[in-house]
Amino acid sequence: MNGPHDMGGFTGFGPVLHEADEPVWHDDWEPRAFALVLAMGMTGSWNIDEARHARERLPALQYWRSSYYEMRHYALVLQLIELGLVSAMEDEQGRMAVPPKPVKRVARAEMIPAILASGGPADRPSNRPQGFAIGERVRARTMNPRGHTRLPRYARGKTGEVVAVHGTHVFPDSNAHGGGEDPHWLYTVRFTGAELWGKDSRDAVCIDLWEPYLEKAP
Amino acid sequence: MAHDGHHHDHEEGSELSPIALRVKALESLLVEKGYVDPRALDVLIDTYETKIGPRNGARVVAKAWTDPAFADWLKRDATAAIASLGYTGRQGEHMVALFNTPDTHNMVVCTLCSCYPWPVLGLPPVWYKSMPYRSRAVIEPREVLKEFGVDLPDAKQVQVWDSTAELRYLVIPERPAGTDGWSEEQLAEIVTRNAMIGTGLVTA
Amino acid sequence: MNGAHDCGGMMGFGPVVAEANEPVFHEAWEARMFALMSAVGDVGGWTLDEDRAACEAMEPGHYITSSYYEHWLSGLERLLQTHGLASAEEIASCIASAPSRPVTPTAADAVWPAVTAAGSYERRTGGQPLFRPGDRVRTRHLNPAHHTRLPRYLRGHEGEILACHGAHVFPDSNSRGLGEDPRFLYTVRFRASDIWGNGAPDLIHADLWEPYLEAC
Repeated sequence: MNGPHDMGGFTGFGPVLHEADEPVWHDDWEPRAFALVLAMGMTGSWNIDEARHARERLPALQYWRSSYYEMRHYALVLQLIELGLVSAMEDEQGRMAVPPKPVKRVARAEMIPAILASGGPADRPSNRPQGFAIGERVRARTMNPRGHTRLPRYARGKTGEVVAVHGTHVFPDSNAHGGGEDPHWLYTVRFTGAELWGKDSRDAVCIDLWEPYLEKAP
Repeated sequence: MAHDGHHHDHEEGSELSPIALRVKALESLLVEKGYVDPRALDVLIDTYETKIGPRNGARVVAKAWTDPAFADWLKRDATAAIASLGYTGRQGEHMVALFNTPDTHNMVVCTLCSCYPWPVLGLPPVWYKSMPYRSRAVIEPREVLKEFGVDLPDAKQVQVWDSTAELRYLVIPERPAGTDGWSEEQLAEIVTRNAMIGTGLVTA
Repeated sequence: MNGAHDCGGMMGFGPVVAEANEPVFHEAWEARMFALMSAVGDVGGWTLDEDRAACEAMEPGHYITSSYYEHWLSGLERLLQTHGLASAEEIASCIASAPSRPVTPTAADAVWPAVTAAGSYERRTGGQPLFRPGDRVRTRHLNPAHHTRLPRYLRGHEGEILACHGAHVFPDSNSRGLGEDPRFLYTVRFRASDIWGNGAPDLIHADLWEPYLEAC
């Protein structure tokens, strides 16, 4: 979706502010919010693409108004309510009113290091033939799906060159919507600044794009 | 009218919202510096609250429905045709009339700000200036129209006009059936603002 | 600039909410803000294009989360400073501290003639338009840091010239105090399916100046 998260190419946000000796957290609630998001993710109630899409589906005004951890918190609440893991009233009152629903796993303190260490690899085997080779010119499709996608708006319709092939990976456009992992070939495509932004630029932007986003350059 | 501007002006500052306080303070500064005449502000507000509004556009539409020569003039030079009814001025310097037909429905938006033909429609409603309308009218016009209760057959083409320059667009809706013999005044009564933006249809 | 104002095609803002019997102004301050912008604009020495550029210059998060007349307030505060009519300190305190630039404010009885005067943004130039109705054109990949009226969603797309309106004041110059620099203005027709890749049968039109376009 062309949501508030798809920020590439926006201007007007001002300089990037660097904070000297920045602490990990800026407020006491931030580490709790962060840990809640991770711990609930570990219950296996959703996959990473569904979690990303939940953030994008926050009302645009709320997304833009929120700090990073606020946004993560609101997206978590959205998912919890949608899945019936908590009710809106429970969220408001902070007290249990209905019995819990069973979840796949509750991560105990002693399990955390192993879970974090194992990560969540996204490469998957697939029988699909590889459509593009390194050095090939490809064009990102003009598409504006209402659902989750990882093809940013600024790259759509633009032509670039395949510079890496990463095998077949979980396809977010499917996995975010209960369509299964549906692995597709994943490429790094290099676009020149001139192609993306029309300026006389020597820079380039490389984007990781799945094969369904691409077509042979005309 | 939902409010009375002069009543609020005399309220205590503490009852005003932060933005209302800021505007009030800025007005007092600009009056103190001699840049504005506060009475001119009153006239400006009154002009667009009571004198210039969608009734003007409705008269243009009603005349177009009843006077083929005027309709033809509107198609060729909407600025002059509309000026002949006395509607000129700010945000209407270059008018274009878009005639709906059985095959075509026109709909106006300004994605970049909120350009709108003031002399014929007055100031735009909040929804026209809102992010939902500005963002969606160009990509899913039919869904937006449905929210306004306008469900168009697939065979009808939607033409969206994004007002990027100083051209201002007025939709001339289709005249509804069952209005034969109606006077211009009667017809003007049934022309809605939304129909002249393209988010409504006129019904008798 | 690719600011938050340039929102054509963005998703997530929810439904369009229309209010029945909507008043012209919802709060008294909105009416005062509207009138202030108009009245100061008459004497401030800035153009409509500078006015739009000033409203767009808000930080995007602030722009999106604030109301329409708050955009105007932010724009006016910026213009007052850039045109030397009021300092940042004066605006913050709302107490005049410096002598004001001498101007003659619009009088109450001059308002109606001023708002109903038939103006024009068309200007005479010697040249000839590059394109004619029916010509195929492509919008350029422009991403200027300054004000422009070529929306992002229409960049790099093919369309057809529907009409030429003569040479009009060019916002990309006029908004920066570089003069009116009139350029030929066209209404360009695009197929929605070309823009969005969604197969929609609809058409989109925009009014675009010649420097935004190239032959295809």
